[in-house]
Amino acid sequence: MKNYSTFGEVSLFQKIKSMDFYLLFSIILLGVISVLAMYSTDMSDGNFYHSFNHALRFGVFFGLMLILSFINIKHYFSLSIIFYLLVLILLVSATFFGTTVQGSQRWINLYFINLQPSELMKIAIIIFLARYYHRVQPDAVNTIKKFIIPFIILIIPILLVLSQPDLGTSVLIALSGIAVIWLAGINIKYVVYSLLGLVISFPFVISMLKPYQKLRILTFINPDRDPLGAGYQIIQSKIAVGSGGLTGKGYLKGTQGYLDFLPEKHTDFIFTLFSEEFGFIGSVLLLTLYGFIILRILIIGSNSRNYFGKFFCYGFAISIFFYISVNMLMVLGMLPIVGSPLPIMSYGGSSMLSMMIALGIVMSARIYSREIIN
Amino acid sequence: MLGDGIGSNVRKSKLINRRMFLASAAKAVVFFGIVGRLFYLQVEQNKKYLTLSDKNRIRENKLPPIRGEFKDYFGKIIAGNLDVYELHVIPEQVEDFRVLVTRVKQILKLSDKDVNKIYKTKSKQKPWETIIISDNLSWNEFSKINYYLYDLPGLKPVISVGRNYPFNESYSHVLGYVAYASKEDLSSNEIINERHVPGLRVGKNGLEKTFEKELIGTNTVQRFEVNAYGKRINQLEVQNGDQGNSLRITIDTEIQNYTNELLAGEAGSISVMDIYTGEIIAMNSSPSFNPNDFLYGIGTKKWKDLNSNPFKPLINKTISGLYSPGSTIKPIVALSALENDVIKPTMQVYCSDSIDFYEQKFHCWKKRGHGYMTLKNAIKQSCDIYFYEVARLLGVDRLNETARRFGLGNIVLKNFFENEKKGVFPSTKWKKEAIGQNWYLGETLITGIGQGYIQSTPLQLTLMTAQLANGGNKIYPTLTPNNKNIEKIKKEMEGSEDYDLPSNYPPLVRNKENVKFVLDAMFKSTNEVYGTSYSSRIEDPKYQFAGKTGTAQVKRITQAERELDRKLDQIPYKERDHAWYIAFGPYKSPRYAMTVLVEHGGSGSSAAAPIAKKLFKKIIDRHEEREKIRNRKTLT
Repeated sequence: MKNYSTFGEVSLFQKIKSMDFYLLFSIILLGVISVLAMYSTDMSDGNFYHSFNHALRFGVFFGLMLILSFINIKHYFSLSIIFYLLVLILLVSATFFGTTVQGSQRWINLYFINLQPSELMKIAIIIFLARYYHRVQPDAVNTIKKFIIPFIILIIPILLVLSQPDLGTSVLIALSGIAVIWLAGINIKYVVYSLLGLVISFPFVISMLKPYQKLRILTFINPDRDPLGAGYQIIQSKIAVGSGGLTGKGYLKGTQGYLDFLPEKHTDFIFTLFSEEFGFIGSVLLLTLYGFIILRILIIGSNSRNYFGKFFCYGFAISIFFYISVNMLMVLGMLPIVGSPLPIMSYGGSSMLSMMIALGIVMSARIYSREIIN
Repeated sequence: MLGDGIGSNVRKSKLINRRMFLASAAKAVVFFGIVGRLFYLQVEQNKKYLTLSDKNRIRENKLPPIRGEFKDYFGKIIAGNLDVYELHVIPEQVEDFRVLVTRVKQILKLSDKDVNKIYKTKSKQKPWETIIISDNLSWNEFSKINYYLYDLPGLKPVISVGRNYPFNESYSHVLGYVAYASKEDLSSNEIINERHVPGLRVGKNGLEKTFEKELIGTNTVQRFEVNAYGKRINQLEVQNGDQGNSLRITIDTEIQNYTNELLAGEAGSISVMDIYTGEIIAMNSSPSFNPNDFLYGIGTKKWKDLNSNPFKPLINKTISGLYSPGSTIKPIVALSALENDVIKPTMQVYCSDSIDFYEQKFHCWKKRGHGYMTLKNAIKQSCDIYFYEVARLLGVDRLNETARRFGLGNIVLKNFFENEKKGVFPSTKWKKEAIGQNWYLGETLITGIGQGYIQSTPLQLTLMTAQLANGGNKIYPTLTPNNKNIEKIKKEMEGSEDYDLPSNYPPLVRNKENVKFVLDAMFKSTNEVYGTSYSSRIEDPKYQFAGKTGTAQVKRITQAERELDRKLDQIPYKERDHAWYIAFGPYKSPRYAMTVLVEHGGSGSSAAAPIAKKLFKKIIDRHEEREKIRNRKTLT
């Protein structure tokens, strides 16, 4: 069998042929669903601002993904540190000089897009750690020396994002990073220790939280304590989902979304709207589609001959799982409202961009699955 | 080194794959958890959330129900509806209450007093309770408010239903009036509570209150879909309410209005009854008040005036006023004595202005006395001395039995008024229970001339007269037209001579001749010389009626006062006698019975009987019109 790296450039046709079409079509299907859902959220506004933008972004970034797919995986390997540092610089500038929206400073205005570097950081952290553990032997993972760098690499963006403040994204960055570190073979007891540390530091974290974040946690514990205030989102979201029933109210017929009872219906609560209109069956099918995408990524990871690709695919598969479950558990009232988008479905350029970059790298890992990186 | 490298690489791969497998298992568990949660919310709890979702998006707007009307016997509207333009506000829904009130003040040109009243109401109520800023907007003001409505959120112009009484004072005591539903109305009447909207007016008194459930009607309900900001997006449905039932009553407005005229300037009562059907043709109490004053909420001053007026305009004297019946009781005393075979009509008693019984002096109203009297003459001339003797022989308990049978001491109009009084017809047993004392024989004597413990409402005397006039049969007083066939009733009454046979109109006496005797005496009292109401007679047989006067003392007359022999205007108003007159007619074929009471009017013959004479003419003149309606209704 050919080794593309060893035997020089391969043709575009061959690259296309070796793409994972299951994954590709799943992404397109998800994209179509997301545009349709976005169209439904636009009904009450009377214009199609969100659906148009969303479709445009999906198209552009999907193209970007395809381009990224054809780039040899080894280039990502060598660019990973630079990518991380670049995102870190963006993150720092967003945190200190960025645009403030709703009390949170997390955006950089790039004129054509309002970039949210913390979203990119979710991917950058996986790339960096995948590269880092590529060469580290399992025995060495648990040494202090090999632990200190990942720790620093992880803690800096977490603290930055936390200070924006953006609890949701920082939690997801942390989870993504920990996932890769754990995959690399860190002793389970360290994970336990750090969890214990988290529990111990909880009071300090709480004291650091902004009042609105504290309120969200209190509200999560009891949404009815202030039904028109902080608990409103959770209650309305549960009403929307619950009233959807088995088969849903029908496309464009969801009343909760149409009549503006759902907050953030374009972004974090898009699943609620989808669930109201398509019901239990639609929701389970959507979840299945996500599950299938995760499965395809896992298969690509397991077929990858290089650890970088393997780590990245596995790490990204776990992360995407976290994005989905945190978002869904949140809108179903089982986690506090922390603000985390549903991959591809939610409105938001940065989230879509980072998803597509990551999927591009995954696809590259597939095309160059036999690439060996030394 | 290489081998080692390969070995460690294999180990690394195995480790990663093993951990990934674990992670995937965990992921599957979480995904199943999410599916479970979705199932719980969307399938298990679907109904609950569907309801909540509807509650979210559907708002109801209840409009006030349209009240049924009252019509008189001839179908003339005596209580109708009119549109009332009101302005409501719910403080909770207003962003800045002060700004809103200032704007409304400008638009409607309200006075500072009005504005203060609004703030006062606001401080007394809960923020979600409606404040009625104005209940009496002109159409102009109403449209002006609607014009400015877009920048006055929270303000609600409302078209409400108000009551209109076209005959003002005439029907106040019969119909009562309506006013805003109070907290008590809401808690005591479930239907009011269910159909209440701010500004709803409900019956406070009289038939308006008694028939609330039938009159109130049902709300028109508009259902709107609203968005999260409460803005109406579209109307889903309108559920049209029904107007409440219209009720026709037995009263003839012409006669009713006339009684109002006759009693003008006096405190008193008039009631007229059909002696066969029990239908009440007129029922008035004077002075009255204008129920339309309550439409926009009666002012404090007006309300105080009504309450403190010594002539008690708020009391329906016909059913709630309690008086000594005086000599109007004498026909019943005579009848009771005859029925019990205590006396013969030929019994003679000498009346010499006073008589001593049990070491007490009892007087006749007539100075120097009537001389020798028989029963018929004693009724005709209303001799007190004769009736002391009759009462003495009869005893109070036997009298009580007859009087009660004829309607004294009992509610007359069952189920029509909640403020009707029973009054008192005494007996030895009653006194023992109510006062705890034994009966004195002297008390029997004064009971025989309608004084003492006896307390009657004017309507009781009307019923008594009616049941005498129809020959002594039981009838059923009512305000609801019953269109009964008169000839049938008469036949049934005549056919039921037997005291014990079951009948719709059972006889109240053993011997109808006794009733005839009493009726004849009443005829003589009105139509023969020396009769007490001779001067009020009508000789035309079409109108000719029979009656009995009554002059009821309101206080014990001292010997000194008796000797003073004051003229009426020399006596303080409150000490003057009540003037009574009971009558029935036309004498040849009686049909109507009536009672006239003039409070503190002096003697029955001078104050009450002349009113009855005028009224009788009117009633008979209206008779044919009335019968036309009855026959039409009977036929259909």
